[in-house]
Amino acid sequence: MSRGGRAMFDLFARVFGREDASKDVAKERLRLVLVHDRASLSPQALDELKNDLVNVISKYLEIDQEGFQVDFSRHEESMALVANIPVRSVKRRTL
Amino acid sequence: MGEAIVITSGKGGVGKTTTTANIGAGLAQAGSRVALIDADIGLRNLDVVMGLENRIVYDLVDVVEGFAKLKHALIKDKRFENLHLLPAAQTRDKTAVSPEQMKHLVESMKDEFDYVLIDSPAGIEQGFRNAVAGADKALVVATPEVSSVRDADRIIGLLEANEKHKPCLIINRIRPSMVKRGDMMDIDDMIEILAVQLIGVVPEDEAIVVSTNRGEPAVMNSNSRAGEAYRQITRRLKGEDVPFAKIEEESGLFGRIRRMIGGFKG
Repeated sequence: MSRGGRAMFDLFARVFGREDASKDVAKERLRLVLVHDRASLSPQALDELKNDLVNVISKYLEIDQEGFQVDFSRHEESMALVANIPVRSVKRRTL
Repeated sequence: MGEAIVITSGKGGVGKTTTTANIGAGLAQAGSRVALIDADIGLRNLDVVMGLENRIVYDLVDVVEGFAKLKHALIKDKRFENLHLLPAAQTRDKTAVSPEQMKHLVESMKDEFDYVLIDSPAGIEQGFRNAVAGADKALVVATPEVSSVRDADRIIGLLEANEKHKPCLIINRIRPSMVKRGDMMDIDDMIEILAVQLIGVVPEDEAIVVSTNRGEPAVMNSNSRAGEAYRQITRRLKGEDVPFAKIEEESGLFGRIRRMIGGFKG
C-alpha cells in the first residue's frame, strides 16, 4: 500500500472504530513498563536481599553460596522473584 | 521565610527552563520577591531564556566557593526589580557543588526572597540531587509522551522516597487537536498513570518559541495561551484555588474539520 493509501486506511479504520486510538496504545504500554520500573531494585538492594536470603536459608539448609542466584523474571503483566539455590545438605534438626 | 521550589523532569527537553523562567516572572509580576537559581552547571540556559546573558559576572560556583558574595552574583531582571537570577557556571561540572552546599545556599536565600526557584538539570545523578537538596516543594514537568511520562514517574518515585518533597505535576506542550482525535494522552490519562497532584496544564504554543528568541518570558504576553497557563500556575502556587479550564479547541477551518472527523467517532 502506498503511504497515502496507508494513511487513508488508518483514518477510516479509526473512524469506524477498528483501530485503537494511539493514546490508548501509549497508556497500555506505559502501564506495563511502569509496573516493572516501580518494582525494580537497585543492584545494591538486590545484593542486600540476596545476603538476607542466604542468612535465613542457611539456618535450615547448607547451601552453595557460589551458585546462589536471585533475579526478577518478567512476563507481560506479572513479575516474579526467582531464586536458584543449590542445596549441599539438609541440616539435622535439633528438636 | 520564603519557599524553595525545584523544577525538574528527569527527561531533557520537556521545558524545565522555560517553566522556571515563566513561573519566576509570573510570581515577580504578582509582587513577590523571587530568585531563580540555574542548577544546570556546565549547561547554563536560564540566562538566555530570561534575556540576561550579557549581565553575568559571577555564578553559582563562585558563590558556593566563597569567591563572590551572593549579592554580587545575583543579576537583577530587566523588567522586574524584584526578580533575580543566580546563573550556573558554564566552565565547571556538577561535581563542583555538593547537595549540602546547595542546601545551605538555598536556605540563606529563603531569608531574602519569598520564592527561590531552582531549575534542575535533566537526569537523576548529582546535578538532580544538588537541585532538590534545598527544595521544600517540587514541580515535575512532563509532556504527554511515553518517554517523558516514564521518566517523570521515576523522578516522582525518587522525590517521594525523599519524603520532604511534595511533587506536583505540570503537563507541558499538550496539543488539544491531537487529544481530541485520540492521538495524545489527555490530563486524566496522565494523572491516572502518575497518581500525583496537578498544578498546571500548558498548551503547545508558538509564542514560546518567539518569546525565547527574544529572551522575554511568555507569561508577560497577555495573548499567549501558554502565558495564561503560567499565570494560572503562579496563582495556584500563591494558594489561590484556580479551576482547571477544559483545554481549548483550536479555532479556524482546521479545527472545525478535525471536530467534524472527531464527531463521527462519537
